[in-house]
Amino acid sequence: MSNGILVFCEFEAGRPRKTAFELLQRAVALGAGPVSALVVGDGDTSALGPNGAGKVYQVSAPALASYSTGAYTKAFAAALAASGASTLLASASSVARDVLPRLAARLGAGLAVECTELRNVGGKVVGRRPVYAGKALVDVTINSPVGIFTLRPNSYPVVAAAGGSATVVPVDAQVSDSDVDVRVTDTVAASSTTADLTEAERIVSGGRSLKGKEQFDAVVRPLAAALGATVGASRAAVDAGYAGHGEQVGQTGKVVNPSLYIALGISGAIQHLAGMRTSRVIVAVNKDAEAPIFQYATYGIVGDLFEVAPLLQAELSRS
Amino acid sequence: MIIGVCIKQVPATDTRIRINAEATAILTDDVKFEINPYDEYALEEALRLKQAGKATEVVTFTVGGADADARIRDGLARGADRAVRIDDPALAGSDSLGLARALAAALTAEGVGLVLAGRQAVDGDSSTIPAMIAELMGAAQVSWVDKFEMDGEAFTAQRAAGGGMREVVAGRLPAVVSCDKGLNTPRYATLPGILKAKSKKIAVVGIAELGLSANRVGAGAALVTFSNMGPPPQRPAGRILSGDNATAVAELVRLLRDEAKVI
Repeated sequence: MSNGILVFCEFEAGRPRKTAFELLQRAVALGAGPVSALVVGDGDTSALGPNGAGKVYQVSAPALASYSTGAYTKAFAAALAASGASTLLASASSVARDVLPRLAARLGAGLAVECTELRNVGGKVVGRRPVYAGKALVDVTINSPVGIFTLRPNSYPVVAAAGGSATVVPVDAQVSDSDVDVRVTDTVAASSTTADLTEAERIVSGGRSLKGKEQFDAVVRPLAAALGATVGASRAAVDAGYAGHGEQVGQTGKVVNPSLYIALGISGAIQHLAGMRTSRVIVAVNKDAEAPIFQYATYGIVGDLFEVAPLLQAELSRS
Repeated sequence: MIIGVCIKQVPATDTRIRINAEATAILTDDVKFEINPYDEYALEEALRLKQAGKATEVVTFTVGGADADARIRDGLARGADRAVRIDDPALAGSDSLGLARALAAALTAEGVGLVLAGRQAVDGDSSTIPAMIAELMGAAQVSWVDKFEMDGEAFTAQRAAGGGMREVVAGRLPAVVSCDKGLNTPRYATLPGILKAKSKKIAVVGIAELGLSANRVGAGAALVTFSNMGPPPQRPAGRILSGDNATAVAELVRLLRDEAKVI
């Protein structure tokens, strides 16, 4: 059945992102046919072969220099056709979220997004994904000749590359400037230089108990910096103006999947839990021993966050 | 220029869900529904654009039965001019692409120039239908927008990109824009608005009127099927660290380092 898996490998500053290795390694582990990589634009593809790609389908054109839905959709369609793959796999990133539904509608291909698990069932890739903000999980089966899946970052560990090399196959997608429908006119850095919440390995989040933006900035941000973590916040903290809306974790914010999630003064409303319950290790600090967050925490400290957070920061920098 | 706003009713975000016997969907009896929170940003943006003289009419579009009318009326009470509800037995079991086909057909039939939708519905959490609608309508698209400006047929928008970056983008109508938190602060319905909404029209259309054949939508056309729905795995019981704060913190750091190995 299977003609293999084509993995969309995203690049940053000319190098593959970590998610590219996660996807390639998972694709190999699925054992559902040959694994190849899809690369849009120029970039150093030498690390893709050792991580499992047999071929790299590389689409380069001046019109692909910056992102546009129109040009990328065409590039994806051309690479998919060139590879003959029956499965397209991508990370659940902002690019994938924009381009893949459009591609799916164009090709009449089934699309399973935000998977946290990918299995091989009789040679066919089946995804499992959270719905209702993680209150339930469901298997997603695709019944069309081509299936498209996105995987949430950090769903599978990335191990050392096994070795191997890939053949680069240039793909001419016939993209031109007229395919650039919506043009990126400016790119600006958001508030911080740390990883995206959705891709972060470590997150320190603050809640309403911080009582103000000043305290949030004085307590949550330095602890996050000490850990190399990304800052998150509960909806209550965001609505009160302590943190930016892009920092909200939960059902109406970001859904995160880090190795370590530290919740400071967050009670654990069902909407917040929905956004972070898959974190590998959850640490909760809260004055209220009855707070629901403690039912989900790997480790809990019942105490005043204004005392605990600075102690934690000091302990981390000491050892 | 007519602005179309896609509105879906979803279980309230504090709902504790129960799963059906077939393990394919949730049970919806006893569930309180509300307008999908992200659709509220879309509706608000549409109303503001109309108030600024940049649109002639705001029309909402919903796929669903008469049970969705209360949410549709809420949209009308906030200021939408009229509503279209697509209701057809053939739609049962549709996947995202089937629903997108129905919505795109209705939006096209009404001559909508700008489609505003929520970035995702907080039930399936798929975030796929706006881009599918754009493809089916041959329109431009921008996903997860938190700033939007329009001047005639030209628009600019801002969105979060990967790697902690933000992008400013520019395009032209027709377009489909999916709306994120931060775009605006949605208004509530006022009492005069609620009274006025009673005389506003909800047009109910079937797929034949939209020129869609039954084999393009519904369970038969679905490329994606759900099965084996279940609760997430229980997390193992956690540990409350005892002692004074300094002792607990020292133990926490030791556990994070030696047991969990995450730092």
